[in-house]
Amino acid sequence: MNPHLILFTLTAALAMPAAYAVEYRTVVPQQSTIQFEFRQMGVPVKGGFKRFATQMRFDPAKPEAASAQVEIDLASIDAGSPEANDESASRLWFNRSVYPKATFVSSQVRALGNNRYEMRGSLTLKGRSREVVVPVTYLPGKNAATFDGSFVLKRLDFGIGEGMWADVATVANEVQIRFRIAATGS
Amino acid sequence: MSRVMRYSTPAVVLHWLVALLIFAGFPLGLYMVDLPLSPDKLKLYSYHKWIGITVLLLVAVRVSWRLTHVPPPLPASVAAWQRQASAVVHGLLYLLMIAIPLSGWLMSSAKGFQTVWFGVLPLPDLIGKDKALGDQLAEVHTILNFTLLALVVLHVGAALQHHFIERQPFLQRMGWGKKERT
Repeated sequence: MNPHLILFTLTAALAMPAAYAVEYRTVVPQQSTIQFEFRQMGVPVKGGFKRFATQMRFDPAKPEAASAQVEIDLASIDAGSPEANDESASRLWFNRSVYPKATFVSSQVRALGNNRYEMRGSLTLKGRSREVVVPVTYLPGKNAATFDGSFVLKRLDFGIGEGMWADVATVANEVQIRFRIAATGS
Repeated sequence: MSRVMRYSTPAVVLHWLVALLIFAGFPLGLYMVDLPLSPDKLKLYSYHKWIGITVLLLVAVRVSWRLTHVPPPLPASVAAWQRQASAVVHGLLYLLMIAIPLSGWLMSSAKGFQTVWFGVLPLPDLIGKDKALGDQLAEVHTILNFTLLALVVLHVGAALQHHFIERQPFLQRMGWGKKERT
C-alpha cells in the first residue's frame, strides 16, 4: 500500500474522534424555530411559537446518552391571524391562564444511522401527557449544529380545541410540528 | 307590440346562475365578517370564497360567450342615452364581477389564508402574507361590492321600468320563453 495513503488514513482516524468529541448543550435561540401546520376547511394554515426554552445534551459518540427538554411559552403563538391567536388562549383551546406552557421531556434517543435519530419523550399540553416519537436529523455545522425534526400530533389527544372546535371536518385533528434546534458545544 | 327577442339559452342560464351566486355571496360576506371566531365562521368564509371563485369562472365563460354571440337588439322604445347608459352599466358589471372575486382572492393570500376551491383545488397565492396589504384589500373588496350593489339596483330598476312602466316585454329577454326571430 502507498505509504502516503497509510499516513493519511492514520491521521484521519486519529483526527476523527477529536472532531466528534463535542457535546452540544448550548442552544442558540435565534437560530431555533418551532413551527406547526394544520388544515382548516382544507386550507393549510401555518403558525409557530416565538418563545421557548430548550435544554439539551447531545454527543454524536454517545447518542443514547442524549436528552432534551423543551418548554414553550404558549403566549408566543402565531396561529395564523390575530383573531386565532386570541382564540387559542381560550378554555376550549390551550386554556392558557391555567396551562401557560407546553413541555417536552425526552426519555430515550436511539441512533438510526446516517445522522438520523429517534427521540422518544413525553409531551405535556393542557395538563395531559402523551408519549411521542420524533425522528431527528443531526446536521453538524461550522459554528452550531442543527437538529431538525418533525412529527404529527393529534390535537384532540390533548383536548386542544374542545366543544364546538372538536369538529375535525373544520379544523383537522392532525397538526404537523416542525422544529429546528441549533446548538453549540461551548 | 314588438316581438320578443331573447338572449341565447347559455347566456340566460349563465346570467341567472351568476345572479343567484351573487345574491347568496353578498349577504353571506356581510354577515360572516362580524361573527366571532367559530367553526361556523370558518365554514362560511370557505363557502363565500368558493362562491366567489365560481362566479369568476362563470363570468370568464360569460365574457367569452358574449364576445362571440350577438345579443338581441334593444326595443326601438329605448332612448339613445339609455342605450349608452346600458352599455356602460353592463361593462362595469362585467368588470366588477371579475374584480370582486379577484380582490377577495388577493385579500385571502395577503391575510395568509390560501383559497382552496371546494376544499379540494388550491389556488396559488398571487401575493405573499402581508397584514397591511390584506387590510387594504379588504377595504377595496368592500367598496367594489357596494359599487356592484348600486349598479345591480340600477340594472334591475331599468329592466323593471322598461317592463312594467313602458310596458315593453323586457324581462322576457332574459327569460326561458320560446325564442322568436324577426
